[in-house]
Amino acid sequence: MTTAVVVFPGVNCEHDVVHAIEALGGEAELVWHRDTDLAAYDGAILPGGFAHGDALRTGAIARFSPAMREVARLAATGAPVLGICNGWQVLCESGLIPGAHIANRDLSFICRFVDVEVVDTNSILTRSAEVGQRMRIPLNSYEGNWVDPSGEGRVVVRYVEDPNGSQDRAAAVANAAGNVVGIMPHPERATDELLGSTDGQVLLESFLHSLVTA
Amino acid sequence: MRVTVTIDRRPEIADPQGTTVERALHDLGFTEATSVRMDRVIHMDVEGGDPDEVRARVEDMCRQLLANPVLEDFTVQVEP
Repeated sequence: MTTAVVVFPGVNCEHDVVHAIEALGGEAELVWHRDTDLAAYDGAILPGGFAHGDALRTGAIARFSPAMREVARLAATGAPVLGICNGWQVLCESGLIPGAHIANRDLSFICRFVDVEVVDTNSILTRSAEVGQRMRIPLNSYEGNWVDPSGEGRVVVRYVEDPNGSQDRAAAVANAAGNVVGIMPHPERATDELLGSTDGQVLLESFLHSLVTA
Repeated sequence: MRVTVTIDRRPEIADPQGTTVERALHDLGFTEATSVRMDRVIHMDVEGGDPDEVRARVEDMCRQLLANPVLEDFTVQVEP
C-alpha cells in the first residue's frame, strides 16, 4: 500500500508529507509531475507549495501535468486522493472537488495555528475521527478562501473561527463519494510533539486506513 | 492578429482586492468610485487569417485554461 506524493515544480511540502506518512507506519514515494503511470500506487497526495509559481491562478497549470490524468484515474476508481493547501487548489482546478479558491478575505498571508472541528466523518480524511473532534493545525496560505457557487462541495472539517472568509468556514471539503478531499491547513505539520501539535495524525491515519479498505 | 482577452470575476463572487482598492480610493476622497473589481486582461498575438476562427480558438483557450468557469467570465476582442 504505497501513496504517490506528486511533486510539481514549486511544491515545497513533499518531504514533510512523506516523513509524516512514514512516521505513521505508511509508505509514500515522491512522483514527478511528468510521470504518466501511477499504476504502482494505491492513493495519491498533492502536497502544498506553489505549483508552477501559482501562475495565472493557483493550481491552473498543474492541472494539466501528465500525472494529474493518473490522479483523476485513481480518484475514479475510489482510491483516496488528498490535496493539502496548494494541492486542494489543484484538485479544484481539476474539477475533482467542487469550487475554487480566491484571496483571503483580509488579503493577508495567514501563517499560524488554527482550531478546526470535524463535522463529517464520511471521507478518507476524517473516517478515523469523530464528529465534533477539535484539533489545532497550522494554516499557511494566501488563497485559502474557498467559494462554491454550486453548493456541491461537502465540508468535512470546519474552522472554529473564520480566518479567511472560506464559504461555510470550510477547512476541508470532500467530493460526493468522499474519496477525494482537499484541506487548507497542513495536517502533516501537526504530527510530532516537536512541531507543537500531533492533532493532524488522525487525519493522515484516516487516509492510510482508506488505502487498506478502498 | 492582436487579441485582447478580458477575464472578469463574476459579480456574485467576492473580490477582496477590489474591496481594498475601493476603500483606499475613498480614503483619498474619490468617494464616487464604487464596485471596484480587479479583473485581468491578457494580450496575445495569434496566427490565423480568419478573425472568426481566431476568436473561436481563443475562446477555447479561455474555457480550457485562461478562465476558471467557477469564478470568471471572459470576453475576446480580435483586431484584424
